[in-house]
Amino acid sequence: MSDSAAELIPHEPERQADRKVKYQAGAADKFITVLIYILFSLFAFVCVYPFYSIIINTISANDISARGEVVFYPKHIQFQNYVDVFKIPGLGTAALVSLGRTVIGTALTVGASAFLGFMFSQEDMWGRKFWYRFTVITMFFNAGIIPWYLTMRSLHLTNNFLAYILPTVVAPFFIILVKTFVESTPKELQQAASIDGAGIMTIFFRVMLPICKPILATVAIFAAVDQWNSFQDTLLLVTDSKLYSLQFILYNYINQASSLSTMVNLQNAGSTAMTSLATKQTTTSIRMTVTIIVVAPILLIYPIFQRFFVKGIMIGAVKG
Amino acid sequence: MRPQSYSIKSLSIRKFLYILPFMIMLGVFAYYPLYGWVYAFFDYMPPIPLSESPFVGLKWFHSLVENQVKIDQLLKVIQNTFGMSGLSLLFSWLPMIFAIFLTEIKAVRFRKFIQTVTTLPNFISWVLVYSLAFSMFSSEGIVNGMLKQLGLADSPILFLQSSDHVWLTMWMWTTWKALGWSAILYIAAIMGIDDSLYEAAHVDGATRMQVIRHVVLPSMLPTYFVLLMLQIASFLNNGLEQYFVFQNAFNKDHIQVLDLYVYNLAMGGGSYSVSVAISMLKSLISVVLLFSVNGLSKLLRGESIV
Repeated sequence: MSDSAAELIPHEPERQADRKVKYQAGAADKFITVLIYILFSLFAFVCVYPFYSIIINTISANDISARGEVVFYPKHIQFQNYVDVFKIPGLGTAALVSLGRTVIGTALTVGASAFLGFMFSQEDMWGRKFWYRFTVITMFFNAGIIPWYLTMRSLHLTNNFLAYILPTVVAPFFIILVKTFVESTPKELQQAASIDGAGIMTIFFRVMLPICKPILATVAIFAAVDQWNSFQDTLLLVTDSKLYSLQFILYNYINQASSLSTMVNLQNAGSTAMTSLATKQTTTSIRMTVTIIVVAPILLIYPIFQRFFVKGIMIGAVKG
Repeated sequence: MRPQSYSIKSLSIRKFLYILPFMIMLGVFAYYPLYGWVYAFFDYMPPIPLSESPFVGLKWFHSLVENQVKIDQLLKVIQNTFGMSGLSLLFSWLPMIFAIFLTEIKAVRFRKFIQTVTTLPNFISWVLVYSLAFSMFSSEGIVNGMLKQLGLADSPILFLQSSDHVWLTMWMWTTWKALGWSAILYIAAIMGIDDSLYEAAHVDGATRMQVIRHVVLPSMLPTYFVLLMLQIASFLNNGLEQYFVFQNAFNKDHIQVLDLYVYNLAMGGGSYSVSVAISMLKSLISVVLLFSVNGLSKLLRGESIV
């Protein structure tokens, strides 16, 4: 797979040197190399195959898919599932709710993290240390979900779109990321601006925000994924179906679909729209199609922004 | 012209005033829920508001251990919590090994591909994981379809409804989701190893395994230690989502961890006060654990984690 002389050392410059040294790789060493490749390939397969297999099953003819014949490539390609699935009542609304909370929530979280990260780097701020601790310590304890639910309810944040947004605005981990980044930039930038007569807000908007773009991109990606994936807040705080998020609809649908099929078999009464949907589609095909719709945004942005994720966790680790 | 000290002081206060609204928000959403703990001391029965509920003191705390049935119930939940947290703790070295062997791969593009692909599951929600699991492993799912097609199984295998090996399957899902991502910190640590260490090892004629054993592994131990301590600190916090989505009537006895039990008690059974009492104990023990591991870290490494 690769030349055995280079196996010993993982760093590029030494690999060059190694080739000349003619490192003697034993049989055991080669065996390990092969084993590593096999094990990682297997694990990678296990990570990707579920996504792939569901995608090819949703675009294959449903009867062939139901017989388990779609394994490596789609058969009798059709996209009707994706058209039909939007006939399920509530899916469109849920998509809007998820999109809305992701866009608005991310914007506010990024803005607040940028501002607070910057402000916490201001050494002359009154009580800076205390307030920074006050913020960071919330990462390590919480009252528990039920006390949280009870207090949210007393604040009238049940069945309220704001419940998706407000609790996430001040996010300690993101604030740490920004603060670490701001502190790594030269102090002279802020000093120069300040001598030129710029106030603290001008320095933030005109000087720091443009410099912080890379770290804010990282924060935005993290925050958006968190918002999109959020499920627990809907579960606890929302009973109004107009405010259901896609994740919640998906969860409901996984559980309903099975009862739906038995229900359809037992009684012919009930909503005609749902019955015709269930007969035209199998419960499995609907379930898989909704899954792909919910996961699609992640699958699409992930390869593009992967380096931002990695950067984020590495900066976070320094201070974590 | 105002005196210098006065203007500095006022600037300092003004900066604080800018962040004050955010601190109030944090107070409301992160600290105010602590006030919710008072429900543990009242006989709270919605829809009767707390203000009209009778104060019962420590009744709910006593009730947790008042008869054998309740003790057994709680013990079972604690057993599940310890089982699943213990299993993750037992295999906490897995991301480290993953990172070591991943960086041993010399084909750069293959390595990048593996890293990208194995970190992907970390970014999908537990609901989606469950949905994938359902699509793959339910009685009419893809795996059962394949097994039937290959003639390996006459009747569908009920992977998800099984009450056997629940701890293990839950651990496997967690690992599937998080392994690649958790390895990144260790990969960063490996990238930070001084090249001269490798050179020295090479000059001494070290084999690959010896290099891993004497150069790579020791340089990752500090990272491992910190993460292990944090994992111990959150021993009681398995989280709700994973167990909530995977729970069903068949596996309930083995899947109910503290977080799920607390949820089921309150939202399923309406026993808010008992649920809050357990929540409260759990949070207090977690804080004690956090301070303990922090102290241990100070003692052993001269550095605090938090």
